[in-house]
Amino acid sequence: MQTILDRKEAPSSNKIKSFNLIQAKKNVLDNGIPVYSINAGYQDLAKIEFIFPNISFDLKRPLLNSATNRLMSEGTSKYTSQQLADHIDYYGSFFETEENSDFTSVILFTLNKHLEATLPFIRDLIQDPVFPESEVGVYVQNSKQQLVVDNERTSSITRRKFNEIIFGEKHPYGYYVKGDDFDTINRENLIGHHKNKYIPQNCTIIISGVVKDETIKILNKFFGNNPRSVSDKPAIEDQVFSSSSQKKHLVERKDAVQSGLRIGKPFFNRRHPDYPGMAVVNTLLGGFFGSRLMSNIREEKGYTYSIGSAIVSMKQEGYFFISTEVGVDVTAPAIEEIYNEIELLTQEYVEYDELEMARNYMLGSFLKGVDGAFQLAERFKSIYLYDLDYSYYEKYMEKIRTIQPDEIKDLACKYFEPSGFYELVVGRK
Amino acid sequence: MINHTSHTLSNGLKVIVHEDDSTPLATINILYKVGARDEDPNKTGFAHLFEHLMFGGSVNIPEYDSPLQLAGGDNNAFTNNDITNYYLTLPANNIETGFWLESDRMLSLDFSEKSLEVQRSVVIEEFKQRYLNQPYGDVWLLLRPLAYKVHPYQWATIGKEVSHIANANLDDVRDFFFRFYCPDNAILVVAGNVKAGDVFSLAEKWFGEIKRNIFARPKYPMEPVQQEMRELTVRRKIPYDSVYRAYHMCSRLELQFYAVDLISDILSRGRSSRLYNLLVKEKKLFTEVNAYPTSDFDRGLFIIEGKLVKGVSMQEAEAGLDEVIDRLCNELVGADELEKVKNKVESTMEFSEMDISGRALNLAIAEYMGDVNLINTELELYRKVTSDDIRNQANSLFKKTNCSILHYLAESN
Repeated sequence: MQTILDRKEAPSSNKIKSFNLIQAKKNVLDNGIPVYSINAGYQDLAKIEFIFPNISFDLKRPLLNSATNRLMSEGTSKYTSQQLADHIDYYGSFFETEENSDFTSVILFTLNKHLEATLPFIRDLIQDPVFPESEVGVYVQNSKQQLVVDNERTSSITRRKFNEIIFGEKHPYGYYVKGDDFDTINRENLIGHHKNKYIPQNCTIIISGVVKDETIKILNKFFGNNPRSVSDKPAIEDQVFSSSSQKKHLVERKDAVQSGLRIGKPFFNRRHPDYPGMAVVNTLLGGFFGSRLMSNIREEKGYTYSIGSAIVSMKQEGYFFISTEVGVDVTAPAIEEIYNEIELLTQEYVEYDELEMARNYMLGSFLKGVDGAFQLAERFKSIYLYDLDYSYYEKYMEKIRTIQPDEIKDLACKYFEPSGFYELVVGRK
Repeated sequence: MINHTSHTLSNGLKVIVHEDDSTPLATINILYKVGARDEDPNKTGFAHLFEHLMFGGSVNIPEYDSPLQLAGGDNNAFTNNDITNYYLTLPANNIETGFWLESDRMLSLDFSEKSLEVQRSVVIEEFKQRYLNQPYGDVWLLLRPLAYKVHPYQWATIGKEVSHIANANLDDVRDFFFRFYCPDNAILVVAGNVKAGDVFSLAEKWFGEIKRNIFARPKYPMEPVQQEMRELTVRRKIPYDSVYRAYHMCSRLELQFYAVDLISDILSRGRSSRLYNLLVKEKKLFTEVNAYPTSDFDRGLFIIEGKLVKGVSMQEAEAGLDEVIDRLCNELVGADELEKVKNKVESTMEFSEMDISGRALNLAIAEYMGDVNLINTELELYRKVTSDDIRNQANSLFKKTNCSILHYLAESN
């Protein structure tokens, strides 16, 4: 006979065990390009990222990094833009580019059976792009229009304006793109920029999926034989940022039914010893559904569909921010509640249950974050590109497992001094 | 090949297991066969609001999220016209916590007034954030009632208007729950580092005692064949004109769907697609242009949409669209182009099934479509489509009388 089920009590659950994190394996192509491979999963496919750190940022041509990266696929000396697209698409492969203030990359997703057929086209667009005048024209026109549409979105304005407040308009992390910036892009600059940046000594390849010895040989065949130039690896110089002299900012939008809110400050990145501890503080405050901000401002007050906070790590700097969109009529009380929650962390010890929940959530989500080849590649990039090694994750996990309420309060006091925050409202107050 | 084993409990709950021992995780995906199409026309947006209430506590468990997070898990849900789908992922050795939580909220909610009150405002903020405080945000609120005159697809999942959400009361919530949230109206998929036998026992233990549905499903009318082209022009505070065309198409469940889906790929999948090359690159009429099917379980819509380059007239832009469409209706697609879009389908499937939650959802949908093994056989159905099929489907799809057009114009024009 079956016993009556106790539905009030949770089934006992297990502590999250340690696990083996599959690490990237390094190979080097004949011309010195490092290839890091993560071999995991069953699907016979691969994601290959060709990463090129930005080597310059010029305020006169602030879009050169992203424009060059995007326009490389618009024609080579052998193929037109459409021919390149036709060939890559024919094999069912996907080609993407990614650009941020530190890196640009070209990414190929392909079934392994089509790898060898697809790669020559990727090689050509990386090594031999010609940036046809007409394609540059289409890019400039469409990107300008896209920017105008983006600048109607509360979320885009809030993000861009906030970065400017934190890092200043002259810094690559704070630069607010303007429509006219697209007019500074021309064929000559693109060719010059490409020549200096897309060279073997400024390239890293990361491949994830099912990776065989054969895969490395194929990569070497297509990417290992263009020689390194004599010059050293180019490097961008660190630039000093300067935050706004004003703490509170309002971008008024009279017709808005919601206000975009961002509150935050310049912060250290994951290279700092206090980063793992602050990651826990951030999780408690706004890093997951059970966080204080979500519980208070969404689940208690119903002011918003969503609210969250994060510490963002870039190569040189970082920042911390809280972000939400709230009804215009509750903008002021929402801001007040956000500050209350920050302050509470600095005044009271977190309860055991709450800390345990945040801890387990973080361990569980780390487990998800290392499940599968692509995820493992992301974890690798997060250390490799920031000059850290795998011991970072050991320290990070150890801190999550062991941090206590007193340390959390100390960290909050140290880094969440209320007067240090910048505040942006896009909409109405 | 995606492995799967099925079992049906005596109360009608379908349980499907997919075993994968390469991951330390497990996913529970519960699909409820209820969506916005099952709503009362005067209480729209309810299926989605209800999805929010499913997190507000169940009969024995005051809070859904905390115990799950304590077990290292996380979760989410989505609602569309046809289904409401809930999914959670946690370390596989804590899977029973998921069974406990999911079975209790299928057994009964706690129907709290406070939770309803809060989620009403949360959903109203979601309505504002996604549909009102966005450039081009209300397009679907306009396009659906233009294309559908009687079928419930005439309203969006978020609802026709904010007042429908604001007026929802606890009686509505109870009625909806007991009508649709029952074992014989759900599909439970468990995927990950689990064994089928263990999952079936856990399913029996936690879900076995839940009662079947006793209410009849409400019926709703099917959309009659459209007889005339429909047009609507609106002006909004937006920077650039855009155009949206909606053609009635077959349902996701019909065999013709595969040809229609490939038509959308020929038109707008990737940078080698026809719309992009002719209308964005060559003629410079649009800054972006897209084609896609809604993939609904009743007869859906095939959408073609684009944003016009500043200075281009609507007439020129639409003539461009017609040129591309006419070519599909009159000429056979070449073998290479057809092979290309099929290869793309194949790799898309492979990539979408890399993680267990993707596989779990696809299994649930395949089961709802009538055959769980479609997850393995659908590619063959795409492979069988011929150039003649494409032309024939294009001709029946792109009839003028089958089309609703929304001209969404900038106010200053």
